[in-house]
Amino acid sequence: MAKKELIHVKINGKDREAPAEPRLLLVHFIREQLGFTGTHVGCDTSNCGACTVILNGRSVKSCTVFAVQADGGEIMTVEGLPSNGALHPLQEGFKEEHGLQCGFCTPGMLMSSYALLQKNPTPSEEEIRWGISGNLCRCTGYQNIVKAVQYASKKMAQGGK
Amino acid sequence: MIPPAFEYLRPKTVPEAVAMLQQHGDDAKILSGGQSLIPMMKLRLARPSHLIDITRVNGLSYIKEEGGFLKIGGLTREADLEASDLIRRKYPLLLDTARVIADPQVRNMATVGGNLAHGDPANDHPATMMALRAQVVATGAKGERVIPIDDFFVTLFTTALQHDEILTEIRVPVPPPKSGGAYFKLERKVGDFATAATAVQLTLDDKGTVQQIGIGLTNAGPTPIRAKAAEDALRGKKPDAALINQASQLAMDSADPSADLRGPAEYKKGLIKELTKRALTRALERASK
Repeated sequence: MAKKELIHVKINGKDREAPAEPRLLLVHFIREQLGFTGTHVGCDTSNCGACTVILNGRSVKSCTVFAVQADGGEIMTVEGLPSNGALHPLQEGFKEEHGLQCGFCTPGMLMSSYALLQKNPTPSEEEIRWGISGNLCRCTGYQNIVKAVQYASKKMAQGGK
Repeated sequence: MIPPAFEYLRPKTVPEAVAMLQQHGDDAKILSGGQSLIPMMKLRLARPSHLIDITRVNGLSYIKEEGGFLKIGGLTREADLEASDLIRRKYPLLLDTARVIADPQVRNMATVGGNLAHGDPANDHPATMMALRAQVVATGAKGERVIPIDDFFVTLFTTALQHDEILTEIRVPVPPPKSGGAYFKLERKVGDFATAATAVQLTLDDKGTVQQIGIGLTNAGPTPIRAKAAEDALRGKKPDAALINQASQLAMDSADPSADLRGPAEYKKGLIKELTKRALTRALERASK
């Protein structure tokens, strides 16, 4: 077993550190070392996107990054979406528009949508579908996910948080 | 799904990284975006003893024109290529290509250098860089050397990079006026590798005659393939529908795709012909503007 390193990250606004072997995947570090189990392990072959988190401002598949690579960085997971106890407009949108069924893909969908709206606050339907193209959903057929993102986009444009 | 153990090194400079490659021998690998390497490690198809993470090395991520070349730093992320105004305006073939590499999350990590250095003919940039007649800059213990793209891909997962060399820059000749390019890729679903794909870059003179042309094929053999016979058929001619068809046929004949889950070889060859036709047509439209 290779020597463990102490990994320091700022996650959902809080400074945290935990030891990790170099081969520990970021998704396992987030879930098991740091205790944020909202991020899911779906396919483990970098396809499904259920492991999507925001790392240093960009959406990434945390199953395809080693925890050591994130050392000194900033991470946001789905747990970081609400503010002051209130749901993020995206979370509200998924609720209002029935954007989930089993919910397994949902954290990844939320983080990809979050990244999309940061770059493009008023995406067209095509741009939304393109923006979540790294995330698979087996339940919904994507329609309500798109509507959820449109809901959030509209709410955020009106100044809602 | 858990990679074997390895030692992790994080150099701050290129010379430091090169020294690490020399020190640790054949079982050390460069870690760039990791979007090709890490999946292989998770399946235990790759088992490097040392990973040399070069992503904290400064000065390797840039997109600029200088001295008659578009210069792309090896660590430039695909997402940055996609977002670049310069690429959008002057290098439509590169934008077409960057857009269809995997998906947004992968593009945020994946690097242009890695896409070439990995030596996978299923990656998209190799065929595009062939069409663009690019050069690869390799930096090693003996310094820098420039490798023409036609000499870069040796065989499956093997490039001309020596063991102690890092791909630090890609150089694309700035296209003359009346140039255009296009990348057409067919995939089973968004984010997949190409079932087949064609990259075309060409330059016309003011009579509409093809002056320069490059055609690259993705996932059509153990290395990216230059459709040389197709290029030769078009050079010096004014393409009409019949000539485009003929060239597409020649491109198809120069391909040697394997049958796999994406389809039988004959199917892929048929795709190559059609995608080449579409890429040629779009490149000509763009060049004529």
